[in-house]
Amino acid sequence: MVLGIWPHIRTETNINKIMYTVIATLIPGALAGVYLFGWSAIQVIAVSIVVAMGTEAAMQKLIKQKMTVFDGSAILTALLLAMTLPPGCPWWVTAFGSFFAIAIGKQIYGGLGYNPFNPALVGRVVLLIGFPLQMTTWENLHPLFSGVDVTTGATPLGDVQVARLSHKPVPDMETHQFWNMFTGNTMGSLGETSDLLLILGGLYLLYKHFITWHIPVSMIGTVVIFSGIFWLIDPAHYANPLFHVLSGGLMLGAIFMATDMVTCPNTPKGQLVFGAGCGLLTIIIRMWGGYPEGVSFAILLMNSLTPMIDRYIQPHLYGAKKGAGNK
Amino acid sequence: MMKGNKFPGGIHPFYGKEFTEGGKTETLPLPDKVVIPLSQHIGAPCKPLMTIGAMVKKGELIGETTGVIAAPIHASLSGKITNIGPSPHPGGNQILSMTIESDKKDEWIGGFEEHPDTLDIDIETIKKIIHKAGIVGLGGAAFPTHVKLNPPKTKNVHTLILNGVECEPYLTADHRLMVEQPNDVIEGLKILTRILGIKKAYIGIEDNKKDALRIMEQAVKKEGSRLVETHVVELETKYPQGGEKQLIQAILGLEVPNGGLPMDLGLVVQNVGTAAAIYEAVRYGRPLIDRIITITGRGIAQPKNLRVRIGTLVRDILSYCGGFAGEPGKVIMGGPMMGPAQYTLDVPIVKGTGGILVFPKEEVSVEESRACIRCAACIEVCPVGLLPNMLSITAEVLNFAEAKKFHPLACIECGCCSYVCPSRRPIVHQIRHIKMDMASTKKKVVMVT
Ligand code: SF4
Ligand code: SF4
Repeated sequence: MVLGIWPHIRTETNINKIMYTVIATLIPGALAGVYLFGWSAIQVIAVSIVVAMGTEAAMQKLIKQKMTVFDGSAILTALLLAMTLPPGCPWWVTAFGSFFAIAIGKQIYGGLGYNPFNPALVGRVVLLIGFPLQMTTWENLHPLFSGVDVTTGATPLGDVQVARLSHKPVPDMETHQFWNMFTGNTMGSLGETSDLLLILGGLYLLYKHFITWHIPVSMIGTVVIFSGIFWLIDPAHYANPLFHVLSGGLMLGAIFMATDMVTCPNTPKGQLVFGAGCGLLTIIIRMWGGYPEGVSFAILLMNSLTPMIDRYIQPHLYGAKKGAGNK
Repeated sequence: MMKGNKFPGGIHPFYGKEFTEGGKTETLPLPDKVVIPLSQHIGAPCKPLMTIGAMVKKGELIGETTGVIAAPIHASLSGKITNIGPSPHPGGNQILSMTIESDKKDEWIGGFEEHPDTLDIDIETIKKIIHKAGIVGLGGAAFPTHVKLNPPKTKNVHTLILNGVECEPYLTADHRLMVEQPNDVIEGLKILTRILGIKKAYIGIEDNKKDALRIMEQAVKKEGSRLVETHVVELETKYPQGGEKQLIQAILGLEVPNGGLPMDLGLVVQNVGTAAAIYEAVRYGRPLIDRIITITGRGIAQPKNLRVRIGTLVRDILSYCGGFAGEPGKVIMGGPMMGPAQYTLDVPIVKGTGGILVFPKEEVSVEESRACIRCAACIEVCPVGLLPNMLSITAEVLNFAEAKKFHPLACIECGCCSYVCPSRRPIVHQIRHIKMDMASTKKKVVMVT
């Protein structure tokens, strides 16, 4: 007979289930990237995953930790990282980012659960700083089996940054372009383009209760409000809110990265604050920063505030003064 | 019928009540022997009044209280005392117990004073009867009932809540009691409200016990004006709805002040089983020597609700229920959320036992615990508003000083946090560890000053 400790029943949800479910919800977006950019995208994803798992295994072996390479968390980090990279990212750049994400973003702190920053974003930001050229060379669409050759060009966010830096009006956007941005038929990082598929994945995570609405809604909402104010004041020099919402990595960041349970605050209220912070910083960087895209930096910065948010925003303790006996 | 409010947090586990909720309560035939622990309540253990070799009758006092927070203990069958010594207790430790071997006559000691009309006895006498009958809270906490019925004069007690929730999965003993003996519960309620001079009462029942809700409602209606204002309240099925504090929150929307008691709000909460036991004691003058328990789970051949004598060994009860179905994995005393697992079948039923739950081998899985991934699931389900993850993390590194900042004493040990944790962290145990550490440091301080 087994003794064991109570409770003697547990939910079925465990770490592996959570990780593989999130991976599954990312797959449609990743497949869209593979469809749009073909073999270049497959290469980036494959290299990222292989290096991440290898790094994790090697490090766990090295410090004689229990091996948990197959719990899905390394694959998730690798997939997330890959989705933020340009489709034509050279294999060694991808490999470096993935190695860095796992080694420095996660294992150095003790592995899953102990990392203060989202590992995929740590990897990405290191690449942005270390390999700016490779990180901003964007392939035009060349769908799988289409026979279209690989050419390069600029992303919508890049266009806006160029206009901003040269004090020109932002380029006009037509409705069908917004539609293309929404469905993914546009240039950019390999897994960030199809907002539609990312949202569908997010809805499933909401339904499974692995994320809550608080962070995505407050992050995107803040982006809309903040960019909206500037757009209303000066539409010639500021892109409209819809553009900000649909472009770059906002959707991927808001749904899949800012909501990373390890690095976001614990309570719903804390998450609202966190999401709003992410949204605000994203827009500040996009409008006035040196990078066209601010989502990664914004989330990492807010990650560093998570412990503080958690300290100040705690749940109501039963029987504590407030609300006791006076409802 | 009233609808209850909600309390925050809580979980919806697999309830498994269908094994036994429709099963009429049977009475276990006379066992060959019983092992009666001399401590079956919170508080100081009783002093044995018998020696080995003595002959006792059913209902005879065998353990005398030594403190205020204690309840006397009686023989549950007639026969010979064959052993007095430490024996396994469902709580996991060894406790001084008396073994009685049956003389097969099953005789009462007699001399009980019956009261066909419980309303014509004076209150002090009733209180004495309840005290002498050894009644404790039958919901699991086993707090001596007479203590709750003597609130300090400074507390203006005005409302009684009867707890008919039985929120632990699998257990159906209270459910069957309400369905089969609603009048005993109502008579108990009458006695309780009379003792406490209370003008208002609620009976809280979860909405997964529709028949009990209906039957209790009818019983209340039938009594009409002979009862104080009484409402049957239909509550959401959610664990731990039956926790005293959660019940109060769900019925009245009130929170018991931190570190306080329901009495501070003018409330007294009693389990429905306790109410029925009070009635039986007052009406027939007999002490508490048996109770209804549920024997259930997929590891049991014939799940049942059974009336058993206090002290009956789990082994004997299981064999009456057809024994194990397949290879047993775990035998749990009580429900799966808070009941302790047993290492031996020679452990007796005590006053606070609500059931025996057996999981077959294939239902028992042991997963290793991992680092907290900060998923916050535990925070979401904690009905008290704690940060179980922080308590768990700080306890893990034995940083008790830090752990104390997260209000460990407010934890009701419901286990919701451990239930949901995807990292399989033993959170409740870690919190108990912190509490024990706090208790021991407190003692040290007291000794010094
Ligand atoms: S911390 Fe305590 S009260 Fe909160 S869920 Fe865990 S066991 Fe229950
Ligand atoms: S449920 Fe477990 S993993 Fe999740 S926050 Fe709580 S302790 Fe950590």
